Amino acid sequence: MLLSFLALTAIAITRMGDLFAVVMLSGIYSLLSASLFLDLDAVDVAFTEASVGAGISTLLFLATLKLVPRYEKKSRYKPALALGVVIVTGALLIYGTLDMPHFGDADAPVHQHVAPRYLNDSINEVGLPNVVTSVLASYRGYDTLGEVVVVFAAGIGVMSLLMVSQRTKARALTKVPADMQHQIILRIVAKMMLPLILIFALYVQFHGDYGPGGGFQAGVIFAAGIILYTMLFGLSLTQSVIKPVFVEMLTAFGVLLYSGVGIVCMILGGNYLDYDVLSHDPVHGQHLGILLIELGVGITVAAVMITLFFKFTWRTVKHKYNQ
Amino acid sequence: MDILLDILSWILLISGSFFTFTGAVGLFRFPDFFSRTHAASVTDTLGAGLILIGLMLQAGWGLVLAKLLLILVFSLLASTTACHAMAKAALKSGLKPLTYSDQENSAEETTSKH
Amino acid sequence: MFVIPAIILLVVMAIALARAFKGPTLYDRILAVNTFGTKTVLLIAIIDFLAGRPAFLDIAIVYALINFISVIGILRFFEFSSKTTIEEEP
Repeated sequence: MLLSFLALTAIAITRMGDLFAVVMLSGIYSLLSASLFLDLDAVDVAFTEASVGAGISTLLFLATLKLVPRYEKKSRYKPALALGVVIVTGALLIYGTLDMPHFGDADAPVHQHVAPRYLNDSINEVGLPNVVTSVLASYRGYDTLGEVVVVFAAGIGVMSLLMVSQRTKARALTKVPADMQHQIILRIVAKMMLPLILIFALYVQFHGDYGPGGGFQAGVIFAAGIILYTMLFGLSLTQSVIKPVFVEMLTAFGVLLYSGVGIVCMILGGNYLDYDVLSHDPVHGQHLGILLIELGVGITVAAVMITLFFKFTWRTVKHKYNQ
Repeated sequence: MDILLDILSWILLISGSFFTFTGAVGLFRFPDFFSRTHAASVTDTLGAGLILIGLMLQAGWGLVLAKLLLILVFSLLASTTACHAMAKAALKSGLKPLTYSDQENSAEETTSKH
Repeated sequence: MFVIPAIILLVVMAIALARAFKGPTLYDRILAVNTFGTKTVLLIAIIDFLAGRPAFLDIAIVYALINFISVIGILRFFEFSSKTTIEEEP
């Protein structure tokens, strides 16, 4: 049922010329795929898909859409070759699945290699109820560090592309009205909900050891809260609450915190990102290390998302008020 | 006591899904945007509220109850506000509500604007 | 006992999806997306009880939040760019 919804939405997305409707439908698409992940019992993946796919990417798409024309251009070439490539690739992939073991087969290679070790020993070695977190942050610490660096690099790239001069900012401050001035009910309700959102983000951040969640999701939710505030009360007000320079520094601070934990581990005589040495008890050390690096991840993700939104919005302001 | 709770939550769940369903029918069948908002907000408040309260009766005391309560508060606050904001934005952008005289003139949907 | 509401919610989601595809004005689409989101929250809460995994409720909360935020984002897009028309390209 959900899969058929998914397919329908995908078809509708490709057929629509209005990019704005496409953005909304892709939000639905993310919700659907998250529900699908949920059905497959992949709670953490569903969590990430919900917060990143449905939330932040919709907002960032919208911010981008203000800069580009709203309607899709008519394509000037025949997409026959691309269609052929896609069909061949799809056929190959389906052919590949024929050799794969059945869904949920206990003898599948996936379940034979490292998974049993993670599942059986992580309680003793790491001591966290949520195995996903211990795999993500401890066993696969390098991979996660790589992901954080990728997010960081993407943030830096967009920042350098969308530079806005100080002069523009100063001039725009006097001209830009606060947005949504007349939506009084909306503003008040949002004001009531904002603390709840931020507290919930912190809950997700520090509860990641026990339930679904962790740094990535918490960072995204936190950023979404800030973006909500920005949307309703205007950019200049938000930037007087949170200095953009501060956010940009936080971007780097998260990565530094993550890799710093690794270096501290080396100084204390372990391997890089080997948390056992952080405390007298290896399990305690693991807890401490995972908590710290999740914090680093959360800080970087939130800061990058907020900065991206700021940059896009400044760019729009420049576009609109500065000609 | 348990049976009583079960029956009660069963009734709540069924009536909640009934209201949700009627709202969805309204969302699909009503002629213009503003009447559709009306239908959709019924599903959001009454349907969601009844279903969530029905689930709460099943949950028993604990964290689950607190989370369900949080969802209830969120959905009551958020979706009604969103509906209100939507209707207001639509009105402001020039979408006219369908009135009786419009209906006499043409049975079609009006998407008139200035 | 939870199966019947779950099925009804799936049907409702299908109807909302149909409205989102069809919707003559953009506001209809926004409304359908909002309805779809709240119904997803309910569906997840019910699946949670079907599967007996209370961890799912966190995701339901995230959905409720994200849904609200993205609807406001979409609305604000219109407030900001008053030049855009509400009617769609034929």
